[in-house]
Amino acid sequence: MSYPDELKYSNEHEWIRVEGKIGTVGITAFAAEQVGDIVFVELPSVGDTLTATQAFGVIESVKAVSELFAPVSGTVVEVNDILGDAPETIASEPYGDGWLVKVELSDPSEVDALMDSGAYEEMIDAA
Amino acid sequence: MHKTPLDATHRALGARMIPFAGWEMPVQYARIVEEHRAVRTAAGLFDLSHMGELWVRGPGAASALDHALVTAPSRLKPGRAHYAMICAADGSVIDDLIVYRIADEEFLVVANASNREAVAAELGERLTGHAAALDDASLRTALVAIQGPRSRELLQAHCSVDLEPLKYYGILSAEVCKRPALVARTGYTGEDGFEIYLAWDDAERIWNHLLKEGSAAGLIPCGLGARDTLRLEAGMPLYGQELDRETTPFEAGLGRVVKLDKPNDFTGRSALERAATGAAKQLVGLRITGRGIARTGYPVYLPAAAEAVGRVTSGTSSPSLGHAIAMAYVPPEHAVEGTALEVGIRNDRAAAVVVPLPFYRRPS
Repeated sequence: MSYPDELKYSNEHEWIRVEGKIGTVGITAFAAEQVGDIVFVELPSVGDTLTATQAFGVIESVKAVSELFAPVSGTVVEVNDILGDAPETIASEPYGDGWLVKVELSDPSEVDALMDSGAYEEMIDAA
Repeated sequence: MHKTPLDATHRALGARMIPFAGWEMPVQYARIVEEHRAVRTAAGLFDLSHMGELWVRGPGAASALDHALVTAPSRLKPGRAHYAMICAADGSVIDDLIVYRIADEEFLVVANASNREAVAAELGERLTGHAAALDDASLRTALVAIQGPRSRELLQAHCSVDLEPLKYYGILSAEVCKRPALVARTGYTGEDGFEIYLAWDDAERIWNHLLKEGSAAGLIPCGLGARDTLRLEAGMPLYGQELDRETTPFEAGLGRVVKLDKPNDFTGRSALERAATGAAKQLVGLRITGRGIARTGYPVYLPAAAEAVGRVTSGTSSPSLGHAIAMAYVPPEHAVEGTALEVGIRNDRAAAVVVPLPFYRRPS
């Protein structure tokens, strides 16, 4: 499993790619594999507010419901519409077309508290 | 925590293990949906060694079971089985069971792992005064199931007895991979299939042999995850979800299991006679037509009503049907096929419609 170097990672297995004031958020390949067959995803709407470490949506397999936790705080500016019909994209392209939401960061310093890919991989290996 | 005799085998196959009813059990080996599809199209192999195997033997075994259970095991011919329940005096369900008559004076009662001790205790008490003895063989009996349209040909290759004449809910003694076994044509998936009762120490040999020889035909190991989606599509109840100490067989749509026509008294009889005349709730199938997946415990509403009228007992995204399905308890007046309902899913309501059970029936 890969964990791209240009991303930052939360201990709840979300990643964020920061470009200017906008962060794109998704779940890691590890998390997607843990969830299993992804059959449904529920995401916030544009304009909703995310708070770091708080739940902002759910992802479901045939077996279970898992919550999604925001890696940073901010306002949702875009939601990945293709996931409504093709939630399995989260597992097949977790860092690409399987992204979840884009947020305008309210406190960019929160990103500094997240892990880099090396630290995230260590956390998974230790688990 | 109990481990089945296949514990190391499951781990070597890369299974994800979870605690279940006091046992460490494989929930999945690969993807649940793949395991589910294998059972619907080819075959799947399940380790069910956590189930409880309780033997009842003696000249009074048949009449004792007629008193202990809601069914009439005395009417079974040797080599036949039926689905049964053991109920409390208030008519609620202590467990649902399969009862096999192995010989005139010998019955095998198979209980859910979660209820094994409760069933053994109740049965032990209810056999008192009858010429019958209880033997809980659960921890020395392994159970491997092979389920799916190709299961007969795959098992036949390793079975000493012709399986073609073995009817649904029949059981026979045979050698499987040259080891003594009881082979029953029963299952919990909605497909043709077999459940193989074995000595504990023979499980690994038979599991590995069946899997190795069957893999070219599409046989794969399947965990409790696929077992749950398969039984749910087949409209089969799971104890703890559709059945519990708050529910009678009639409410669960299983009134036909209760033999009120048998002459003898049995535990729960008077409560069940009352329950037969009208239930407070009724189990229904729901097709979720709105967005989302209904899960255990979610509330069920009449459209736009504020107060819940029922609750979901089991729900998933059906791998065979491609949409979300659920079972739920609702008042009988809202249980009519075609009734529009809503399921509360977190902060939203999803539209649902009452549909007949089972959701899935195998092509005949």
